[in-house]
Amino acid sequence: MTAIAEPALSDRTATLADRLRSAVGTERVLTDRTQVRTYECDGLANFKVTPAIVVLAESRQHVVDTVRLCSEAGVPFVARGSGTGLSGGALPSADGVLLVLSRLRRLSPVDADNRQVTVEPGVINLWVTRDAAPHDLAYAPDPSSQLVCSIGGNVAENAGGAHCLKYGFTVNHVLGAEVVLPDDEVVHLGGRAPEHPGYDLLGAFIGSEGTLGVATELTLRLIRVPEAVQTMLVGYHSVEDAAGTVSDIIAAGIVPAAVEMMDALAIQAAEAAVSCGYPEGAVAVLVIELDGPQVEVEAQFRQVEEIARARNAFETRIAADDAERALMWKGRKSAFAAVGRISPSYFVQDGVIPRTKLPEVLAEIDRMADEKGLRVANVFHAGDGNLHPLVLFDDAVEGQAHEAEELAGAILELCVTSGGSITGEHGVGSEKRMKMAKQFTPEDLDTMQLLRCAFDPAGIANPGKVFPTPRLCGERPGVRKGEHPVQAAGLGEVF
Amino acid sequence: MTEITPGSHGQGDAPPPGSPGASPNVGPVRDSVADLPPGSPTGAARATDEAPSAVVGARRPLDIGQDIDLPPGTGAATVGTPTLLGLPQTRQVVQPAFDEHHPPDPALIGDCVHCGFCLPTCPTYVLWGEEMDSPRGRIYLMKEALEGEPLDESMVRHFDQCLGCMACVTACPSGVQYDKLIEATRPQIERRYTRSRAEKLYRDLIYNLFPYPKRLRALRGPLRAYQASRLGSLLTRAGLMRKLPAPLQAMESLAPKLGPVERVPERTPAVGQRRAVVGLLAGCVQGTFFPDVNAATVRVLAAEGCDVIVPRSQGCCGALPGHGGREEQALDFAKRTIETFERAGVDYVVVNAAGCGSNIKEYGHQLRDEPEWAARAEALAERSRDISEFIVELGPVAERHPLPMTVAYQDACHLAHAQGIREEPRKVLRGIPGIELKAIAEAELCCGSAGTYNMLQPEPARELGERKAAAVLATGADLMVTANPGCWMQVATTLARMGKRMPVAHTVQVLDASIRGVPVEDLLERALNGPGTALARTSAAAR
Repeated sequence: MTAIAEPALSDRTATLADRLRSAVGTERVLTDRTQVRTYECDGLANFKVTPAIVVLAESRQHVVDTVRLCSEAGVPFVARGSGTGLSGGALPSADGVLLVLSRLRRLSPVDADNRQVTVEPGVINLWVTRDAAPHDLAYAPDPSSQLVCSIGGNVAENAGGAHCLKYGFTVNHVLGAEVVLPDDEVVHLGGRAPEHPGYDLLGAFIGSEGTLGVATELTLRLIRVPEAVQTMLVGYHSVEDAAGTVSDIIAAGIVPAAVEMMDALAIQAAEAAVSCGYPEGAVAVLVIELDGPQVEVEAQFRQVEEIARARNAFETRIAADDAERALMWKGRKSAFAAVGRISPSYFVQDGVIPRTKLPEVLAEIDRMADEKGLRVANVFHAGDGNLHPLVLFDDAVEGQAHEAEELAGAILELCVTSGGSITGEHGVGSEKRMKMAKQFTPEDLDTMQLLRCAFDPAGIANPGKVFPTPRLCGERPGVRKGEHPVQAAGLGEVF
Repeated sequence: MTEITPGSHGQGDAPPPGSPGASPNVGPVRDSVADLPPGSPTGAARATDEAPSAVVGARRPLDIGQDIDLPPGTGAATVGTPTLLGLPQTRQVVQPAFDEHHPPDPALIGDCVHCGFCLPTCPTYVLWGEEMDSPRGRIYLMKEALEGEPLDESMVRHFDQCLGCMACVTACPSGVQYDKLIEATRPQIERRYTRSRAEKLYRDLIYNLFPYPKRLRALRGPLRAYQASRLGSLLTRAGLMRKLPAPLQAMESLAPKLGPVERVPERTPAVGQRRAVVGLLAGCVQGTFFPDVNAATVRVLAAEGCDVIVPRSQGCCGALPGHGGREEQALDFAKRTIETFERAGVDYVVVNAAGCGSNIKEYGHQLRDEPEWAARAEALAERSRDISEFIVELGPVAERHPLPMTVAYQDACHLAHAQGIREEPRKVLRGIPGIELKAIAEAELCCGSAGTYNMLQPEPARELGERKAAAVLATGADLMVTANPGCWMQVATTLARMGKRMPVAHTVQVLDASIRGVPVEDLLERALNGPGTALARTSAAAR
C-alpha cells in the first residue's frame, strides 16, 4: 500500500475548480482522477481526453455559472449529455471543463393541443415519446440509441434516425431553444410559434455540435401517431436487388416511414445479440415501414410487396403485431453495438450518398475492404442514402486499427466523390473534422468560422471540433496567407 | 437522516418524484415543473431555476471528502474523513489495484463498446445520472485499475454502490458479461482493500450471521420477543430509532414478522406416481424468516409427483458472501452444498430464492480452479432449477383451483436478469384460473434489496424501494408476488413505511394455495398479516 499524490491541477484550473464549487456546490464538481477519467470518452471510445473538471449541472443556473466562470478564466468547456455520440462531439478538452447535463432531465407536461413539449437537455429521447404517447403523439426523430441518448445531444448533432426519411431530422422538430451563450448570456432562439422572422439562428444552432453554446431547455414538436403502421422484413440474395427495391419504392411515389438495410455481416451480428429471427441465408435484408391513414398504408403495402417480389425478394415477413414489429426493429437498432459480438473492435462510419448509387458504392466498399483484408458490415438508412459502414478490426493485431481507420476515411471520401457527404447524422465531432476539408473549400470553412465567432469569440465552446484547423476569432477569416502571428510567436500551431 | 412518512414529499399521497406512479418513465423527474408559473419567453416551464437538489438524485451521498470544508485549491478527493458508525475512516490507496488471482478479465472488459445502452436500466445511474455509477463507468473503472490506477476509496465506493442487479447484462447488445466482471472485482476489494474498522465490523456481523441458518434461528426468539413487545414502534415514536446508525436502522426495519416455524420433513413422498426425486435448498433467510415458503414448495413439488428431500445438513449456498466478495467463505459453502446434494441422491436441486438459484448455477465457474471440484460443481449447477422453471419444465399434473384476484408479479433481478427467468413464473401464475396479471412499470429496475445492499447502502436502497413500491401500488393489484426473500422484505417494508401495506406472497405459495383449494380471502389475509409480512410501523391506516 502506497500513498500517491493526486496529480495537481494547473493553477488556472485549480482556481476555477474552487470557484465552481462555491457557485454550483461542492458535490457537483468532480476533480478526482478516478472519477473524471470515466468521462474521458463518449460513444466513440477510441478518442480519449481526460477533462480537468467535470461539472454535474442540475439547473440552468448551474450551466450559466459554469459557463461564466469558464469564460472569465478562459478555460474551454464541453457539454455532454448521455455520452453516446459516435463522432467524439463530447470529447473533453484537456485542462478544460466537461459540463455534464444528464441530470437536467425534467419534462414539462405535454401541451397536447399545440403538440409541443418542453424538456431539459438531459432528457432521454424515448422519454419524450413515452410522455406523449397517452395523447396519441410522438417525437419523430428516433436515433437507434433513442433509449439512452439525450435530447441535448440530439440537438447538438442534429440527430436523425430510421424515420427521418419521412419525418425529417431533429432540426425539423425543434421549435425553440433556451441557450446559454459562451459569454454566459441566456438567449431564446425560435419559440413556440412554427415560424419566426429574421435569420434562422435556431437552425444555425441545431447541429452546431456544442460550438455555439449550451441548450438548457428545448421546445419540441410532436407528431400525431399515425393511424396505421405496417412493418415488413424482406430478405434478398443480393445487395443490388435490395438497393434496387429502395429506389423503385421511392420512384413509385411512396415515401415510407423508414427503409433500413442490413448486409449479411450485420445480420449475423444482430442475430447473435438479440435473436431477431431475420431470414436465414439472406445477403441483405430490408426493414420497410409504412405509416399513415389505414387505407393508404394498405394500398401502398401491396405495392411495396409487388416491387420487392419483382426485385427477387426471397422472403417477406409482415409484423403481425407490435411485439413482432419491435423484434424486427430490435435487430436493426442493436446492430451497432451487436457488432461487438463478432469483432473485437470496429469503427462506425456515417456517410451519405445519393440513393441511386447504393449498389455501386457498396460494391466499391467491398472491394476496398478486400484490398485491406478487413471486413465491413453495412447497416444503413437506405431510404435517404445514409450509410453506416462498420469497419471491423482487431486492435490486438499490430497496425490493424490504423488500417481500419484509413479504410473508414477512404469510405467517407468515396461518399464525397459519389456526390454525398461525410456525415448523415452522427456529426463531425473530433473524428471527422479533418475530412471537412475534403467536402468544403477553405472559403466555405472560413465562412462557417465567421458564424462561430459571432457566438463564441473567445473560442471556448467545444474547441477542436467540427473544423479541421483551430482558428482564433481575432484572426480575420479569409484565405490564409502566410503564418499567423500566434504561430510565429510559437504560442500555437496549425494542424 | 430523514424519516419517510406518508406525505413527506409534500404531495400528499402522490408517489415519490420521478416514480412510476407519476409516470411510466425511467428517470425523468418532473415534479415541481407543473407548479411553476408559465409565461416565459419560450412559454416553457422554468423548472431549472428551482432548487434542483430536491428533485434530482436527491439523496445522492456526497463524494469522499465532500462533506468537509476544503482548503482552496484542493482536489475533492485528496482529503476525506467520512464516518460510519461514528468512527473515522482513513484514506488509503492500493496499487496495483488488482492481484493475480482472477482480476476482471481484460477480454470481457474489451467487449464493452461504450455505447451506453446499459445506462437507463442501471438503478444507480437512474438515481444519480453519473458515469462512474453506471455499468459503463464501472467497467471503465476496472479498465483504469488494470491500466495502473490505484484502488482507492472513490473506486471502491463506486463498486460498492453497484447493486449487482445485472439489469445491464440484459440491456447490453454487445453481450458484455458484467456479472463476471463485478464478481471478479469484489473479492479483489475484500482481499486488498482495508475497510474502516466500523465498516469491517458491520460487514463481519452481516456475513457471520445471515449465511448461518442456525445463528439466524437463534435470533428468532429474541426478535419475536422484540416484535411482540412493540419496542420498535415505541422507539420510532420516541424518535430514538433515528438515533441509531443508519445501517442498524436498515437492519431493524427489514426484519419481517415472524410466525411459528412450519417444519418441513426431511423426506416427503410424491403424491401419486413419482416423476422425479428433487432436493430443496432451504436457504438461510428464506428458511428462517419465510419458512412457509419452503413448506409450500415441498407441498407443491409433492403434489406434482416429486419425492422431495430437504437435507438437514445443508447450510448457506454461498450466495450472500459470494455476492459480497467474500470468496473463501463462499467457496466453502459451495463445496458443502455440493456434497450435501450429492449425498442426497436427487435428480434435481430446486431453489425458491432467486439469489441462491443464480449462485448455484455459477458453481462451475466459481470452482473452475479446483480440479477435484470443478466437474462436480458443474454437474450440480446443471441439475439446479428455480421452482417456477422446474414446474414449467415438469408440466403440471395437480389440479389448480381458482383464485380470483389480480396479481402484480415483481421480477427478482437474480431471477430475471441473472437467470433469464421471466416467462416461467408468469406461466405458473397464469395457469391458475382466475388470476389476472398486472404489469409493473419499470419492471427491469431493481427494488434496492440486492442481497445485503439495503443493509450496506441504506440510502439508495430506500429510494429504489420507494420507487418500486409506488410502481407496485400503481398496478392496483390485490397481491404482489415475488420469488426472492430480499425483494419481499424490501418492498413490503417500504410499503409499510409509506402506510400502504399490501399482501405479498411467493409464487409457490400462490400455487400451493391454488392446488390445496385455499379460498382467495384466506390467502390474501395470510399474505397481509401472516408470517413474513412487514410490520406496520407507521400509524397510518392500511390500504
